[in-house]
Amino acid sequence: MSEESNIDIYRRRFLSGTASAAAGLAVAPGVMLTEVANARPADQAVTSEVRWGMLIDTNKCDNGCNDCVSACNEEHNLGGFDRPATDAQWIRTVTLKDKQTGNVQTLPLLCQHCEHPPCVDVCPTGASFKREDGIVLVDKHICIGCRYCMMACPYKARSFIHEKLQDQMPYSPRGKGTVESCTFCVHRVDEGITPACVEACTAEDHNAMTFGDMNDPDSEISQQLERYSSRQIRADLDLNTGVRYRGI
Amino acid sequence: MTKYSFITLILGLLLGAIAPVIAEDDAADGNSGSFYIPEAQRRFSEAQGCVEPTDEMRANHMEYILDQRDATVHEGIRTKQYSLVECINCHVSDAPDAPRYESEKHFCNSCHTYASVSIDCFQCHADRPVKTSRFNSRPRIDSHRAGDINTTMPEQLNVSANEGTGNE
Repeated sequence: MSEESNIDIYRRRFLSGTASAAAGLAVAPGVMLTEVANARPADQAVTSEVRWGMLIDTNKCDNGCNDCVSACNEEHNLGGFDRPATDAQWIRTVTLKDKQTGNVQTLPLLCQHCEHPPCVDVCPTGASFKREDGIVLVDKHICIGCRYCMMACPYKARSFIHEKLQDQMPYSPRGKGTVESCTFCVHRVDEGITPACVEACTAEDHNAMTFGDMNDPDSEISQQLERYSSRQIRADLDLNTGVRYRGI
Repeated sequence: MTKYSFITLILGLLLGAIAPVIAEDDAADGNSGSFYIPEAQRRFSEAQGCVEPTDEMRANHMEYILDQRDATVHEGIRTKQYSLVECINCHVSDAPDAPRYESEKHFCNSCHTYASVSIDCFQCHADRPVKTSRFNSRPRIDSHRAGDINTTMPEQLNVSANEGTGNE
């Protein structure tokens, strides 16, 4: 089973390698690709030059702190119906307990924005997709609400909207009958601003969350990832997640 | 012959009776009678009310929005000229009691009711102008690649804000 999935990943890498080689040939001689990456005007498409990622240092997470979750709920107006089993949840806190030592740890769990997202693999309509810059999204115009992606996600990161909604945020459309999950606050990231959970965590001086471009060796997240050991949750699945954890 | 002239006379009388009714229908095409189009909050430019000539927008606004939708969702292109959010910002008042989409006084629904078109945009999208979240200290992502993205409105959009209807 694991051998099969490895083959799939090799195939993907080979195909994407040949595609990017072809793209490289298509660029006219003398054109500097690196210059393009410096700033992205609003009328230009995202590119795979950037890969957005998040590093969460669980040692800095206070037990019982819920700031990132409430920031997300407020930013996207995820007001629930007091039905915890079905209410939308883009980020949640998970409590881990070491049964031997009794050590208790909480950590925020959100869409891991995988490089090889299982939700995208299973989507029958193409609604679930990964943007060039690594952000995994649902195109709700195409989503038929089958919830296959919710079953495929190993992180239980997606929610289904069961009821009619009103007063959605203009930058975050949400509606009955579609699946949704963390967008890395794509409306903010496209303006070069950090996601709301990161802003809230930093504002409270916890500084447990770092957001940035994992392809840029000079970004804070890349430097921290290089300096300190970090983990992917369920690294055995070879999904190459965009959210990494320290201290678990 | 008398028979024919009598029929002509009757027809003439009937036409005379109907003509004012037709004229009234034509008049109703403006902002009078039962068909009411709310005024826009501002003009796109001094020369032009909407982002394209009004006739073009009346006929083809859905095409512009559809193209923009795919570009925004999949490619992160966030130009404002054809964005649905900007349609709402301009065409719907930000007053607390501004009409919702279900109301015939909502800009979009005023015409869709008349044309008997049902759309599902506002099952998901906001039918009122932009609200800002509490998280607006807007910390920049540290990466130099994030850059400064220019998402400001075209300058002419603000030139004559709150003037004119944008409906002509």
